[in-house]
Amino acid sequence: MKVELVAIHSVTLFGLGRWDVEDILLYFLLGFEISAAVMAAVDDLQFQEFDDAENLLAANRDATTISIGDPSSNPKKQRRVPGATPREEDDDLLGNDDSDKTELLAGPKKSAPFWTFEYYQTYFDVETHQVLDRIKGSIIPWPGKNFVRLYIRSNPDLYGPFWICATLVFAIAISGNISSFLVHLGLPQYHYVPEFRKVTIAATAIYSYAWLVPLALWGFLMWRNSKVMNLVSYSFLEIVCVYGYSLFIYIPAAVLWIIPSETVRWISIVVAMCLSGSVLVMTFWPAVRDDHHRIAIATVSAIAALHILLAVGCKEYFFDSREAEPPTEPAASMTAKQILPTMKTK
Amino acid sequence: MAEVDEGNRPMFAGLSDVSISEDIPVEGEITVPVGSPSQDDECSTLDEPVKDTVLRDLKAVGKKFVHVLYPKKSSSLLRDWDLWGPLLLCVTLALMLQGGSEKGKDDLGPQFAEVFVIIWFGSVVITLNSKLLGGTISFFQSLCVLGYCILPLTVAMVVCRLVLLGGSSKVSFIVRLIVVTVSFSWSTFASTAFLADSQPPNRRALVVYPVFLFYFVIGWMILTFSPSP
Repeated sequence: MKVELVAIHSVTLFGLGRWDVEDILLYFLLGFEISAAVMAAVDDLQFQEFDDAENLLAANRDATTISIGDPSSNPKKQRRVPGATPREEDDDLLGNDDSDKTELLAGPKKSAPFWTFEYYQTYFDVETHQVLDRIKGSIIPWPGKNFVRLYIRSNPDLYGPFWICATLVFAIAISGNISSFLVHLGLPQYHYVPEFRKVTIAATAIYSYAWLVPLALWGFLMWRNSKVMNLVSYSFLEIVCVYGYSLFIYIPAAVLWIIPSETVRWISIVVAMCLSGSVLVMTFWPAVRDDHHRIAIATVSAIAALHILLAVGCKEYFFDSREAEPPTEPAASMTAKQILPTMKTK
Repeated sequence: MAEVDEGNRPMFAGLSDVSISEDIPVEGEITVPVGSPSQDDECSTLDEPVKDTVLRDLKAVGKKFVHVLYPKKSSSLLRDWDLWGPLLLCVTLALMLQGGSEKGKDDLGPQFAEVFVIIWFGSVVITLNSKLLGGTISFFQSLCVLGYCILPLTVAMVVCRLVLLGGSSKVSFIVRLIVVTVSFSWSTFASTAFLADSQPPNRRALVVYPVFLFYFVIGWMILTFSPSP
């Protein structure tokens, strides 16, 4: 392009007769040289840029692998020393190749920036049998086994937590409706009205529990980690994953709460609490074990207390505790039903 | 430099001098090459009556309804998606779920907006879920399938309202329960017939479960609907 322009210039000048052939040649060559130099410089720039990008990428890759590998691989090795044989066996049973695959893929998988779809796909990278294994692991406590290390293995998914929460919301809302229907069944002039409000309230309560408590716990563990070195540390998503799966046990419990009997409800709460609460406690105990004794106990009991508070709160709020007591007049039952939630919050 | 600047002037002046001499006639024919006139008639929707346009779209929607009622793994529901059918079904369902309680009292049943949001937000979440799990289906195709597969449940809603006209007794409840259960399983079966193929086999259950939950919740809303006495 540039050469052509220079040529046109020189030809016009030549036509005017002011320049001689040598000058034109010189001009021509000069123009050629300049354009060649410019092109070379551009090429250089491009190469430079490419090198830079690759260096940066390489650095990033290293950085991510270090940050991911650190919490998961070091404690694993250290924890594996005392009880080596049973844990190894479990790893084999659960598929060692799987863990190898996840560890190999961990580096490039996490390198996708957060605004891309691929970044979020890494949190849904689970298969049916993995999800079932995780659910099983969350409701069956094995003494001395760590849920995160055994099932999640640096591949926390959001599929389980999200859909378990959604199922729990509708399980609570639907069985709450059915139980209030059963309580009032057979009463004269009782007109059943579905309470859709329960879905909204249950969704707010459960989703905030499943996100805010892990957030608070993660912040707390980070803070403690900066003061006292703990061997085990969890990432935020691992904590969310543990909490999400730990809510699974409440789904069958919520279905059992349909039975209008306080005894059955309390038994189901205690059983659910013992199963998933102990999994939670066993998971987070190693993370606080090296801390001061008092703080460790307090953290673990706070986790357990919040877990039981959710269950008791849901049961009290969404399920009519009255066991089919006949109201004095039909109008009173209607108003009582509306006042009831406000009374209970007091 | 001055010489170069001076040299520029004649060049541009020469350019401005370029003109078409008057003895060359500037005339011609502007024609668009037409392949075949019959094809042109088929494709053109500009000069057809509005009735034809509307009828063609309605026919496409109706054809998809038939596909939902006879889910035989046809891909035509996936190939050309539209959201008219889902909108129609969703609005019909939400309108029929209205009026669940007495006038003057708080309506505790699902409101129009709640039904609308549950259906659209639910299908968007299910679609995102299937995309995140690595499905090959496109976003709007999945929305289209999920929306069209509400058809059996909308039919169940119509049947329920008709049954409820005869009063709400134990018999009517059992009839409604059967109708809703059948239409719920029909919806789930139809949508999985369309959607499951786009998934790797070891993740099929993970995609089908949210669809099941979605139609279950809609079925529950239909079953528990009770009109004001």
